[in-house]
Amino acid sequence: MSALLRLDGLEAGYGDMTAIRGVSLEVRQGEIVALIGSNGAGKTTTLRAICGLLPLRRGTVELDGRRISGLRSAAVVAGGIAHVPEGRQLFPTMTVLENLELGARSTESRRRRGETLERVFALFPLLAERRGQLAGTLSGGEQQMTAIGRALMARPRLLMLDEPSLGLAPVTVSSIFANLAAINRDGVTILLVEQNVLRALRLSHRAYVLENGTIALEGASQRLLVDEGIKRAYFGR
Amino acid sequence: MDPTLVLQGVLSGLLFGGVYSLMAVGLTLIFGVMRVVNFAHGDMMVWGMYLALLLSTRAGLDPYLAFVACAAALFALGLAVQRGLVDRIVDAPHEMQILLMLGVALVLENLALVAFGPEPARVRSALSTATVWLGPVFVDVARLVTFAVAVVLTLALYLFLFRTDVGRTVRAAADNTYGALVIGTDVRRVYAVAFGVGAACVGAAGALVSPILPFQPATGLSLSVASFNIVIIGGMGSLLGAFIGGLLVSVAESLGAVFLKPSLKELFSFSLLIVILLFRPAGLFGKRL
Ligand SMILES: Nc1ncnc2c1ncn2[C@@H]1O[C@H](COP(=O)(O)OP(=O)(O)OP(=O)(O)O)[C@@H](O)[C@H]1O
Ligand SMILES: [Mg+2]
Repeated sequence: MSALLRLDGLEAGYGDMTAIRGVSLEVRQGEIVALIGSNGAGKTTTLRAICGLLPLRRGTVELDGRRISGLRSAAVVAGGIAHVPEGRQLFPTMTVLENLELGARSTESRRRRGETLERVFALFPLLAERRGQLAGTLSGGEQQMTAIGRALMARPRLLMLDEPSLGLAPVTVSSIFANLAAINRDGVTILLVEQNVLRALRLSHRAYVLENGTIALEGASQRLLVDEGIKRAYFGR
Repeated sequence: MDPTLVLQGVLSGLLFGGVYSLMAVGLTLIFGVMRVVNFAHGDMMVWGMYLALLLSTRAGLDPYLAFVACAAALFALGLAVQRGLVDRIVDAPHEMQILLMLGVALVLENLALVAFGPEPARVRSALSTATVWLGPVFVDVARLVTFAVAVVLTLALYLFLFRTDVGRTVRAAADNTYGALVIGTDVRRVYAVAFGVGAACVGAAGALVSPILPFQPATGLSLSVASFNIVIIGGMGSLLGAFIGGLLVSVAESLGAVFLKPSLKELFSFSLLIVILLFRPAGLFGKRL
């Protein structure tokens, strides 16, 4: 299996502060890869560095062997990476339908907008019911679905999600994780940032553990699930 | 007080208000998308007026046709100002933005002074002298046409923002700039479009008002102040607020001229501002504060 996304020695930060240093990781075509770590470890920074929302100080990002580091976010999205950001970042005074349609930006995704929209509604039937409602008035779970749907409208090859479970009830998290599995079965590769380590490891094939801005551990999720260090650090034992 | 006079004041204020609305809608669009206050707004409007004057005297074009060209020219000016200057300070502190925009205002006003001199000017239109009687009150046909075209242009802007993909993208960037960036919007391009369209609105407003309002380079300042007044009354960033606010302020000014004297007309519109802010600190349709 070839790498769809490859990070090599990423370094990025804010002002004088370095948030991530020497981050290298790889996501292969068809995989679900989890990126876990505690508060402030640098998970969000890593995702923002990948999609051109934060300038890189060092290192390269490759998508399908093509270097995308240094490109602006518009070019990265057009290249096939869609991002469901921390806090969802919807357009609160616009309708669900408008939020979704705005996700289709490239010429190709705009041309196939109707068709993709039907797939998104099939995945999240609730969004079809709520299509005329303003996004700011949705519940947290519905907002998360809208954010994921909006990202899918770009017809990405790689979907990156930043803590989709944040602030949601356990049943809602379960249904969203089931949706992620379905999206992956449809052929979309996923890079998932989570603090809900147990769920993330159960869903993913492989995982990386980020600590203080560097990769501390990596491996098959099945193996990390039984790793003593992980158990102690994240499952409170 | 003669009720006919009051009715006359309300009507002529309302008709003049269409231009105020269009001008304020342009300002609120620029502010809503970029969070930058265009202190050069009134001076851009004055340039719209002088362009209408030039097209009338040199090419014999009636301002009620020339407004299209004026809007296009101001669109280009807005685009240039955004790309060349504003783009560098979008994320800068407010005091830096204010200084830059005041600088643009000064440059535009003084360029007009150099080019056209300080004397008041007025553009002639074929409709200038026509009036019609509506029951007990009369209306200038020019005011009627100015109002109608301004309202149609405001509606066109509304359709652009709510019914086209580019317009929706502009609204998205106004709603959540970071969110727009995340989904791959070229936000710089959206800013350029918003500034250009905002300037085009005020350019068209300038041309449309040029047959009924005498102007000179210094008029820009009072128009800017009127625009801010309207946008604050309507609620910063609210299109509907700018539209309604434009009509309200214009009627208030018109009544001020009837009850007091023309030079005190602003007394009424600023009193309106104070009263509205007392009861609705975010303006009539403002949500944020
Ligand atoms: N905009 C910012 N300005 C300055 N420092 C920041 C900014 N964003 C993040 N940081 C800092 O960078 C470091 C990494 O933050 P980051 O948001 O990437 O962590 P995270 O792993 O996503 O954490 P969380 O799980 O809490 O979301 C932290 O120390 C944080 O304080
Ligand atoms: Mg984070």
